[in-house]
Amino acid sequence: MATRPSSWATKSAWLLAKDLKCEFRTRYALNAILMFALTTLTVVSFSMGVFSLNPRITSSLFWLVIFFSSMSGLAQVFVKEEESRTVNLLKLVANPSTVLLGKLLFNLVLLLLLEIVVVPLFIILMNLSILNLWLFLSVLVLGSLGLVCATTIIAAIISKAHVKGALFAVLSFPILLPLLITAIDGTRLSIEGETFSAGWSDLRLLISYLVVMFTASILLFDFVWSE
Amino acid sequence: MISLEAKNLGKWFGKRKVFDRINFSLEEKSSLVVTGKNGSGKTTLLKILCGFIRPSKGEVLISFNGKTLNQDEGRNLLGLVMPDLELYGELTALENLVFLSRIRGLDPDKDKLKEKIAMVGLSEREDDLVFSFSSGMKQRLKYAFALLLDPGILLLDEPTTNLDQEGISLVDQIVSWQRERGILILATNKKADLKYGDQTIQLGN
Repeated sequence: MATRPSSWATKSAWLLAKDLKCEFRTRYALNAILMFALTTLTVVSFSMGVFSLNPRITSSLFWLVIFFSSMSGLAQVFVKEEESRTVNLLKLVANPSTVLLGKLLFNLVLLLLLEIVVVPLFIILMNLSILNLWLFLSVLVLGSLGLVCATTIIAAIISKAHVKGALFAVLSFPILLPLLITAIDGTRLSIEGETFSAGWSDLRLLISYLVVMFTASILLFDFVWSE
Repeated sequence: MISLEAKNLGKWFGKRKVFDRINFSLEEKSSLVVTGKNGSGKTTLLKILCGFIRPSKGEVLISFNGKTLNQDEGRNLLGLVMPDLELYGELTALENLVFLSRIRGLDPDKDKLKEKIAMVGLSEREDDLVFSFSSGMKQRLKYAFALLLDPGILLLDEPTTNLDQEGISLVDQIVSWQRERGILILATNKKADLKYGDQTIQLGN
């Protein structure tokens, strides 16, 4: 076999392809995410659907559905490698940055699939009219990227622990709180039809959060991965 | 010319000392058997040599033609079979080897990969999911993976676990082949395996 200089990104893409193939054969995380999302959406729409909710409550419910649904699946990305004892195989064949990028991309694809189902359903079931769609989409994209960055590094940290579920909740709550508060506020502004400039402070915060989390993930992951 | 040197290695988990002051040096066509009772740190030592975990003290140096390699370069010279290392059950035997070649930066030649699978006696099952394999077949597939790059350094932990007599003969062949061309490090509890080592380290003393 010929050796070829594969880039960091190419190797991460192979890892993503492998993870997607494994996921679609077992639906280990996908089923959990989608079932949780549909259950939460149904509960929310049955209990709140008859009332006309103000935008603040609607945007809070929207991000709660996204947050709790994604938590049930995104945390599994390293836990699964640890439980199936393939983590050492990955350590042997790939450098930490390749693994981090591959797993980030995998979680991003999972969250994207979740949002393709959840966002239109939420809008229909809650009879929601979004007056500034571009602001809504910008907040959704940046919020999702931040969520993926944070949950991926937390998933790597907790994967070696014995009480994974409890530790994930304890670690993720303080880390994700600023992201959720900002995303909820940005979504509220988009529902109310505020201008892009009115939502700019929220967007700036979301961008900053994303940059900080991505940088912290790169710096921390080497230590988390090798011990 | 590949060489591997362990300098004053020690490992503690909290206050519990696993081992201390481990020193050895290996060059091509040499072998080391690590022996000791359960819990003496054989697997831990192999994991440190592979770079999976950091030693509490000391260092591992892998050199190629006199140049000391960094961890990424050194890892590409390693072949490894150990109970703590499993292949992906959701992929077929061939898909596993294709993926592992690609992520190591190789251009996978499927015919050569099939040859590796045939060498370990699994050619009829190359397109089956690894989930459906028996423990012995999984162990054989680990050897196909370990030999993927014709490794300069081959590390084997409990190498005959789950293997039948035919599989044990295969391991004998691989061990002999590796001793003629590279470095072999073998961790075992079996006295019969001591014959494979030019050097022996007894842990847990």
